[in-house]
Parts: sequence; C-alpha cells; structure tokens
Amino acid sequence: MRIILFEFKEGMMIALRAIASNKIRAMLTMLGIFIGVTVVVTMSTAIKGIDNSFQQGISSLGSDVLYIDKWAWFSNVEWWKMRNRRNITMDEFEKFKNLAKLPVAVAPVINTVQTVKYQERRVENVFINGSNADYVKTTNFSFSEGRFYSEIESSGSRQVAVIGSEIAKKLFPNISALDKTIKIGGENFRIVGVLAEQGSFILGPWNPDNQIYVPIGTIFKNFASNRWRSITINVRAAGPAMVEETKAEAEGIMRKVRGLSYDQENDFSINQQEGLQENYNSVVGVIQIAGLFITGLSLFVGAIGIMNIMFVSVKERTKEIGLRKAIGAKRRTILAQFLLESSVICLVGGLAGLIAAVILSMLINQFIPTSIQIGSVILGIGISLITGIVSGIAPAYTAAKMDPVEALRYE
Amino acid sequence: MNIINIEHITKIYKVGLEEVHALRDVSLRIDKNEYVAIMGPSGSGKSTLMNMLGCLDTPTSGKYEFKGVSVSEMTDNELAKIRNKEIGFVFQTFNLLARSDAVHNVELPLIYAGIPTAERRERAIQALIDVGLKDRLHHKPNELSGGQRQRVAIARALVTNPSIILADEPTGNLDSKTGEEIMGLFHEIHEKGNTIILVTHEEYIAEHAARIVRLKDGLIESDERVERRYIPKIKTTVAQ
Repeated sequence: MRIILFEFKEGMMIALRAIASNKIRAMLTMLGIFIGVTVVVTMSTAIKGIDNSFQQGISSLGSDVLYIDKWAWFSNVEWWKMRNRRNITMDEFEKFKNLAKLPVAVAPVINTVQTVKYQERRVENVFINGSNADYVKTTNFSFSEGRFYSEIESSGSRQVAVIGSEIAKKLFPNISALDKTIKIGGENFRIVGVLAEQGSFILGPWNPDNQIYVPIGTIFKNFASNRWRSITINVRAAGPAMVEETKAEAEGIMRKVRGLSYDQENDFSINQQEGLQENYNSVVGVIQIAGLFITGLSLFVGAIGIMNIMFVSVKERTKEIGLRKAIGAKRRTILAQFLLESSVICLVGGLAGLIAAVILSMLINQFIPTSIQIGSVILGIGISLITGIVSGIAPAYTAAKMDPVEALRYE
Repeated sequence: MNIINIEHITKIYKVGLEEVHALRDVSLRIDKNEYVAIMGPSGSGKSTLMNMLGCLDTPTSGKYEFKGVSVSEMTDNELAKIRNKEIGFVFQTFNLLARSDAVHNVELPLIYAGIPTAERRERAIQALIDVGLKDRLHHKPNELSGGQRQRVAIARALVTNPSIILADEPTGNLDSKTGEEIMGLFHEIHEKGNTIILVTHEEYIAEHAARIVRLKDGLIESDERVERRYIPKIKTTVAQ
C-alpha cells in the first residue's frame, strides 16, 4: 500500500512537471474537455429544469380530470375518422350532466383565441375559455384577487371574465385588475377575478396564467362561429382512485346520450393528463438523447484531442522514456506517469468546465427554474476522469512498452 | 570477485527477412574495480554488447551472470530493478531532462528506487558536489556547458552507488579539453573503487583504461591489459 502511494505521489509529481513544462499545450488540451463538460453538465441541468417546470405545469391540470372530446389527444385512431365524428353539443352536455353520478364537477368548455385590450395596452392571441361556474372545480385554481364567475353569471351569460396572472401583469402592470372593463375581441367584459400564478412557462399559451375564463354563453353570443364547433366536457373524478370508475361511467353515459348500439365504436374520446405525460416523456426522451448525443460528441472530440496530444507527447519524449527506463523506471511506472498526466489535464479542464456550467445554470435559472444537481457535479467529474483515462491509456501503453534501447537511440 | 560473467553469448536481430548476427560468440569477465574500454568500429557489435552489459537487452543465447545472478531469463521489471540499483549509465548525448534542474535530474534514479524525498535530495546534492557542481545545483541543462551537463549525468549515474558505471562515448559530444576533464573525473571515480566500462571508438580515450577489449564482426578480437596513460589531475573541476 505504501509503495502504491509512493508511486502515485511520484507519478503525480512527474505528471505535474510535464504539464507545467508545456503550459500552453496543456491549456489548449484542457479547453476541449472544458467545453465538453460545460456543455454536458449545462445540458443535463437545463433538461432537469424543463422537466421540473413541466411536472409543475401539468399538476395544475389535475390528475383526476377527464376530458371528453371529439378528438383523441394521443391515439392511433386515424385523423379523418375523428374529423367525421359528430360534434359534442351543449345539449349532449346537459344530458350527460343529469345522468352522471360519480363526478364531483362537470363543465362544458369551448375556447377561442382573441386579442385582449385595456385602454392602450393589448395582448394578442389569448386563449379565451368559455365554461360554467363548475369549471373552477375541475381545476386547482387559486385566486390572487376576486373570485370565479358565479352560477347566475354563467347561466345568464353575463359579460364577466376571470384573467390569468400573466394577462393581469401585462394589462394592469401597476393597478388592480378587479372591476376593470377589458375588451375581448372588441366586446366589453368586466373582470371579477384574477388567478394566482398557476403553471409554468413550459406550457406556453396553454399555461392558465396566459388565459382568460368567461361564461360559455358569452362565447356563443359574441363569437358566433363557435356555435358550430364541438365542445369539450371536463369531468372531475372524486380523487385519483376514482378515475377509472368515473371514466367507465362517462363512457357508458356518452354512448347512451349518443344512442350508439353495442356494435358501434365510440364516436368521442376520453382524454387524460396521463396521455399528455406519456407524450411528454417520449418527446423529452428524444430531446434528452439528441442533446446528450450532441454534447457527448463535443466531449468525444475533446477526448480525441487529448489522445492526440498524448500520442505526440509520448513520441516527443521517446528519448526521455528511454532514459527513464534505462535508469530503472518499470513499465507500470511509465504507464502511471502518462495516465496521470492525461487524467490531471482532464480533471483540471473538467473542474473549470463545472464552474462554467454552474455560472451558465445561474443564467438559465433566469428563464427556467433550475439548479446544478449533485448528480451533475459527479457526472462532470466522472466524465473528465474517464475521458482522461480512456484517452490516455493507448498513448501511455505505447510509452510503457517501448524498448529502452530503441527509445534511447531515437532522434 | 567478478561482477560480470558472460559466456558464449550471441545476439541475432531480424531485419526484414534477414538475420543480423550482432554478437556471434562473446565471452567476457569483468572484476570489481576494473577500468575496461570496449572498442571497435561501427557494426562491430559494441553497442549491442553495451546494451547487454547494461541489462537493457537480453542475449539470444548464452549465459550472462551479473554478480552471480543470471540475467538472461529476467523479466522486464527485474531488469528495470537491476538497472536501477546496479548500473549507472553515462550517455554520449547526456540525456538529461531538459526542463528539470540538476538536482532533479540526479535524484531521478532514486525516485524509481523508492527513496523518500528528503534523503534523495540530500544524496543528489552530495553527488553533484562530488562531481564539482556545487554552484550549479538549480541550473537547468540549457544553463550549463557541455562538460557540466556530462558531470550532472555522471552524478546521476553515481548517486545510486551502482556496481558498474557504463559510459557510452562519454566525450563524444565534448571538445577535447572538456573531454579530458571528464576523463579525469572518471579516473577519480575509478580510484575510489568503482568499476567502469567505457565504450568508445577513439584510441585516445580508450588509453585511459587499464584493459582494452576490441570487437570486430561480433567477435572479440583482442582483450589485453595496457599501460595506462598519464592522467593529469585537474583541480579546478573536482571537489576536494
């Protein structure tokens, strides 16, 4: 053990001398690993951040909500078959609501995209959701001001609106939005509630923070073309454990409402957040693989650079290796010397890369909530060590097995 | 007591399809405190013999005993160990580490011998003082003259207290005056009881030795004790 420690220490000293005597070359080599580790660690941190944001965002949708829709979100049913399905109507919704026993809340939803204005401020392409007072029970919304629109406002199709926190920030940067009248697609709506911040940036326009909620009747009244569109029925089960049962009941009721006979296929789809999750996982999986492949490639290039330098270094120091062997260096001593040299180069480059990655993560943190994980630190150090050893081993082995006679004669 | 005992060794190299008989049949005994010069024109096999004596290479056939231990069947690591402990090399081109100072160059063999830092520093500095480089301990090779560089190399060879000093054309890269100084140093080292084997092709240098072995075509042509040439003591270069 002591001998190994001694050899390690001496090998390290020799390696450090070799690096110190060729600083510029060592630094250029480190640059390769530096970039590789920076990119890999930053990438993995960013992916982690996106993932966190998505999980946070999707939880605002509620895991126990079913969405009865003309379209399946994710399925292998042909597109044209779904297009030919009948639209889901308000009438069907009423029948469904009367028959359904299990759900805690049922709400019809239709949405349209409109420009929203308050005085000279405007926001383009805002999702306007039309529904009834029960809609709020199918979400996990909380309010920073006011309330959701009431049963009376809903059934009376009053011109009232509940706005997301982002919309509130954009239209009313300094003042309370409550009781202000905004124009949605040119029509006046009075604000009765402002949502607290719900989701995350990752959902983009689907983020509740960027949306507006109005009674469904106002949509049909003000934006007439929506009268002929299919609505979605949001159904909230009494907790995640009841999702399957509620789904079975919903399917039965919908078939009954639509008068489908036993041999006919469903002409509607019941969607769940789960499907979104699966779809997300597969998309993110691809991003992850592609990201790691590309960043891995940069690391690979760095590793080849190191191997190249080490080969040159071995060649250049052939005579020195010959001398070291002549005066008693064993094979493993020479092997250790060159392996340590490449490992030190990689480790130093890797640590510098890690520091750069931490700084970059702080920058990214301005957009995606993320932080360097311990795992990423271990990843960075591990990668640089492994790169050092792998790219050093072939040159080191070449050096170790040199014939001292040949090596001494080398000019 | 003989240190080196070689009996009927041969060495065959394969160059392409051809076999080169570098050494055909060489027998040689060298005793403690001998001063032997090995001479011969290029291609005579003297380099091969020197590599063999220095345990850098093993013979194709024949017996080589170093202090009574057979070298012929040793593994690479055993050879490395014997080179480290028993043999001190001095090369024509000095072979110093260019970016390390004199002390580090001299302590190098002690690193491979596993000597702790403090002790090897001390021994390296002493060896440098012994060859007259007291004021040049922390100079790098490019800050030293040719003669001084060869002195560092000699200090490196001596620092392990080896059984033999093996010098391959030690004056080949030096002017004649400096060469003479180096030969004076070898003379002194020999006086202190060391065994020296000198490989050279210059009569002038070989005359310093007490015994000259001449090689030709891989065979020993002659092996004779000679009258040693007068060695002038050069006080300026050797520490007292």
